[in-house]
Amino acid sequence: MDLKSKLEILADAAKYDASCASSGGAKRDSLDRKGIGSSGGSGICHSYTPDGRCVSLLKILLTNACIYDCLYCINRSSSHVRRARFSVEEVVKLTLNFYKRNYIEGLFLSSGIIKSPDYTMEELIRVARTLREDHAFRGYIHLKLIPNADPRLLEEAGRWADRVSVNIELPKADSLEKLAPRKEIGDIRRSMGHLRGVIDEQPRHKGRSFAPAGQSTQMIVGADDANDGHILTTSAALYGGYKLKRVYYSAFSPIPDASKALPLKAAPLIRENRLYQADWLMRFYGFDVAEIVSGGEAGMLSLDMDPKLAWALKHRERFPLDVNLASREELLRVPGLGVRTVDRILSSRRVRSLRGDDLARLKVPLRKVSPFIVLPDHRPTKLLDRADLQAWLKPPSTQQLDLFAA
Amino acid sequence: MPHPNPDIHRVQLAGDTDFAGFRDAARLHLRAGIPPGRVVWDTAEPGGDLFGDAPAPPLPQGEQRAPPRVSRAFLDTAQSVALHREPGRFRLIYQLLWRLCDEPRLMSVASDQDVMRFHDLAKAVRRDIHKMHAFLRFRDIYSPDGEAFVAWYEPDNHIVEAASPFFVKRFASLRWTILTPERSAHWTGDELLFGPGANRRQSPQGDPLEELWRSYYANIFNPARLNTDAMRAEMPKRFWKNLPEAALIPDLVAGAAARTAAMIEAAPTFPVHRRGAELPEPADAAAADAQGLPAIAAAAKACRACPLWEQATQTVPGEGPETARLMVVGEQPGDLEDIAGRPFVGPAGRIFDQALAQAGVGREGAYVTNAVKHFKFEPRGKRRIHKRPAAGEIHACLPWLEREVATVDPEVIVMLGASAAQAVLGRAVAVTRERGQPFRLPDGRWGVIATHPSYILRLQTEPEKDAAFAALVSDLKTAADLIGPSPGSPA
Repeated sequence: MDLKSKLEILADAAKYDASCASSGGAKRDSLDRKGIGSSGGSGICHSYTPDGRCVSLLKILLTNACIYDCLYCINRSSSHVRRARFSVEEVVKLTLNFYKRNYIEGLFLSSGIIKSPDYTMEELIRVARTLREDHAFRGYIHLKLIPNADPRLLEEAGRWADRVSVNIELPKADSLEKLAPRKEIGDIRRSMGHLRGVIDEQPRHKGRSFAPAGQSTQMIVGADDANDGHILTTSAALYGGYKLKRVYYSAFSPIPDASKALPLKAAPLIRENRLYQADWLMRFYGFDVAEIVSGGEAGMLSLDMDPKLAWALKHRERFPLDVNLASREELLRVPGLGVRTVDRILSSRRVRSLRGDDLARLKVPLRKVSPFIVLPDHRPTKLLDRADLQAWLKPPSTQQLDLFAA
Repeated sequence: MPHPNPDIHRVQLAGDTDFAGFRDAARLHLRAGIPPGRVVWDTAEPGGDLFGDAPAPPLPQGEQRAPPRVSRAFLDTAQSVALHREPGRFRLIYQLLWRLCDEPRLMSVASDQDVMRFHDLAKAVRRDIHKMHAFLRFRDIYSPDGEAFVAWYEPDNHIVEAASPFFVKRFASLRWTILTPERSAHWTGDELLFGPGANRRQSPQGDPLEELWRSYYANIFNPARLNTDAMRAEMPKRFWKNLPEAALIPDLVAGAAARTAAMIEAAPTFPVHRRGAELPEPADAAAADAQGLPAIAAAAKACRACPLWEQATQTVPGEGPETARLMVVGEQPGDLEDIAGRPFVGPAGRIFDQALAQAGVGREGAYVTNAVKHFKFEPRGKRRIHKRPAAGEIHACLPWLEREVATVDPEVIVMLGASAAQAVLGRAVAVTRERGQPFRLPDGRWGVIATHPSYILRLQTEPEKDAAFAALVSDLKTAADLIGPSPGSPA
């Protein structure tokens, strides 16, 4: 099989992994002229595909052959997809050639399990080690870890990679048992715990050498019956327990040659979007899972509106808030005010009292915030009492770009 | 050339990005008290000899002003603003400096029109630089003396000089050239040189690697998630003409719906038959089968007798010699125990070890375990906050503790804290009242209740801590003294 065909198969097989982040890597450059590449700081998206996703890394599998039979996975052993396998050298050359042309920030390498978890992990490590040692590659490397590989191999992977990730796969442990019979939640959690242990023990002052961009994970949404409450509870426990940098949510999307045990229809992408918004509320806005879920019904977030607005509509007694007096924590709970805007408000109001046109200049969506705030020139007269507030907040689509002026 | 209006001061800058020139002139004009409306900032490259007819410094007009002190952040932002293509950019910076003389806190007012505009322009420039780092594509010209790369790029603003050091850091070991309509940058391998602009025809028209790159782009795209708005928000169409992969976009978009429909319509294949998920075994059945501590630990790994297993990392079994005559029961593993898979290794564990040593018992002489073997917590941001186990969870975990007691067969059991005492005694216990007094357990062993070391950690003042620690040492000593002479030693 030629390189192009392999690339087609092994990129296609990798596209169900949501992450393509290249941020947080160690600060490196190649000013010493000995190698190639640089990293550090925020990541770069070198392109975008028509699904709106960023292309930052060469995201491929080493092979899509797999001895496991996880039902949600296109590469499961019982699937009829074409199989291919890159050699270590091929991945190394492809990465360097793409990198020199400024197509990518680096490599995100994953693999189906072949022979054994340890063998597979060793092959992935070989690619990363060859890039780092033989070619002095200073770009970004993200390695997917195989949960039940030997802990020593997990540690070696973290020495070459900027980021490592173990996929939690599904939000509920019993779904994992049903859909991925050979994956053990215990193995997955122990691997994450082990990585956190190693990351914690690194001396802070010397600059991190072990997985400087930390660890992340991915959860498939909509392949089992877990509701959004389950999903967010699991995420909160993962963030708290293993100091994950990110939990990625991937709406289950139909795969060629799907298994009968799975829903055939894609989970709505908007559900995935709502989960990301909720995840943000947990990490940056001081919300806890129960509060976020209270905005929806029966453990599910509202699909019609973002979770902060949904929460606020059910907690109208906490509004309206005076923009010139409310605390940072309170302002962060106003629908339509983001972290940056809130910080700008706080900095501006120290000098002068803010009015409606100040908020307009700060690009605040006025219609959305208006029922929830008080300004010297604005009082939400009984807006909060309206039963149809949700409908009122949604402007007709033709006016969406209009700034509310009243 | 003198300006027809004598009230207008024309400042000739040495090109589009001459921030240093702007700074000097701004200082002079502020000192002379010349208001923003009377200064014209000319960035057109001067035709004649720039230094031949340097304009005389402006004569003072009205009130003279001391140039305001500005922060490093202001200067950085101003330098970015200076790179914007907007002709009024230098006037805007001068206007801000002028206003800062009267309003020293102006820059805090993020909603001020000038401040806003200043930040917007800087942001546009930073974004333009970022997009250049992202969307520039090098092509190998396959020169006979090794790899050499050339790129053609069309930035929106005057950013070639500002964006190039990034490529030096990344590709210092290569030779490369960046051509743009306005400027060009050339890295010789040792030195970064800038030259005049070029046109697209001077750049290479392709690179064989682009075919592989297009294959990758087409296949990493998921047609089931088509979202062209999101793509165009980040990669507007004006960039497409210089991106080798963008030529594929129309066909990928057109074919997406059909490909998704085909996947959904394709008959699903039947999964291999598999037996249904087994019901979790109750802890007592699993525990009863386990003989010896390693077998108990192994069986406890799979325990799902209560819901705590689901969010915890692992079961944390007891630790210590099977022949220990002293057994210490704690409450439950904490954050660090959960990660390490071993009991009493966190902050409370360190206190415990100190107390045990001061009581004259080594950790190696005792079997140490917990009433509940999974960590119970509540996530809060990046941490997990310990939560006390409920009576039901203590009860569900009891079979494991009972197997440990039966296997180790200790003479004395120390219960650290209320949960441990509840597990061993089956009733609620007031630790402060009942601690330190040995009593016989129903099976004839000695029991001693003591405070949990984490209680000591939570106390506020040093004297309180010292007293509680001393009590713990004394209770452990009481327990140790209850151990009879070992069978081999003289009575």
